[in-house]
Amino acid sequence: MRVDPHKRPLPARRPGTRGRSVELRMVFSCTPLGVRGALARILAGLGAMELSADDSSTVELVLAEVLNNVSEHAYRDDPEGLIEVQLTQTRAGLGCRVIDSGHALPGCRLPPLRVPDPDRPLCDQPEGGFGWYLIHRLTRDLAYLRDGGRNILSFRIDVDQSLRRN
Amino acid sequence: MQLDTAMIDGTMVVTVREDRMDAAVAIDFKERMRDVTLDAPGRVILDLAQVRFLDSSGLGAIIGAMKQLGSRRRLELAGLKPPVAKVFRLTRIDTIFVIHNDVAAALTEDGSRPHGGTAHAC
Repeated sequence: MRVDPHKRPLPARRPGTRGRSVELRMVFSCTPLGVRGALARILAGLGAMELSADDSSTVELVLAEVLNNVSEHAYRDDPEGLIEVQLTQTRAGLGCRVIDSGHALPGCRLPPLRVPDPDRPLCDQPEGGFGWYLIHRLTRDLAYLRDGGRNILSFRIDVDQSLRRN
Repeated sequence: MQLDTAMIDGTMVVTVREDRMDAAVAIDFKERMRDVTLDAPGRVILDLAQVRFLDSSGLGAIIGAMKQLGSRRRLELAGLKPPVAKVFRLTRIDTIFVIHNDVAAALTEDGSRPHGGTAHAC
């Protein structure tokens, strides 16, 4: 399915009924406050999944890191660029797709994994670069596709759904 | 970004009055920290008890704040909520900071004994 990221923003779709799977699609601007607002609406929209506090904070953190990367790098020349987030609840967790029309990742591939090194002296500790590490640590099936001027990042987040099934 | 400071028994306590430390406030935090710790003593405790969410930008800003204190002063952390502690733990940055349960616990420590963390001088 082709998705036009320039179409007008849609509100979150919230089936909201216990026992049905949650699907959510949202388009918003990449400004820091746009991203903050979207995260708050996404977390509210996932309410029907009845995530634990720990899982909820993982979802918030992963999406925040992904969206920050889009804002700061893909849309470095476009402070108002639009981001689309698609979330689908599956048996395997929460399926996520994040789409933007900004610059491609360098080399059109995921950046190499940089593992933090706490044994380095403090003055040599980097103040950035932890974002991709956290994304790798907290997701599965992380994949990046450059498709006709769009970036599509997809991944899954494991969440405990035992409460819902019971 | 509101930071409140207090001097307690020769230790400076800086309280972050924000519920999010993310990309929207990271640069502001680092600059405000530089301002409020200009004349700080050797030990500064950063109280994060009100922070509900921290991402890698917030983490980087805290590392930056510790670096700009220099080698003769030390930044310790207190009151990390579980989502905040998780970011420190996953990145293993929890091992370069002295981390206390809360400010009261930090003040009862004398500050010379690392509490699960070791700061590496340069």
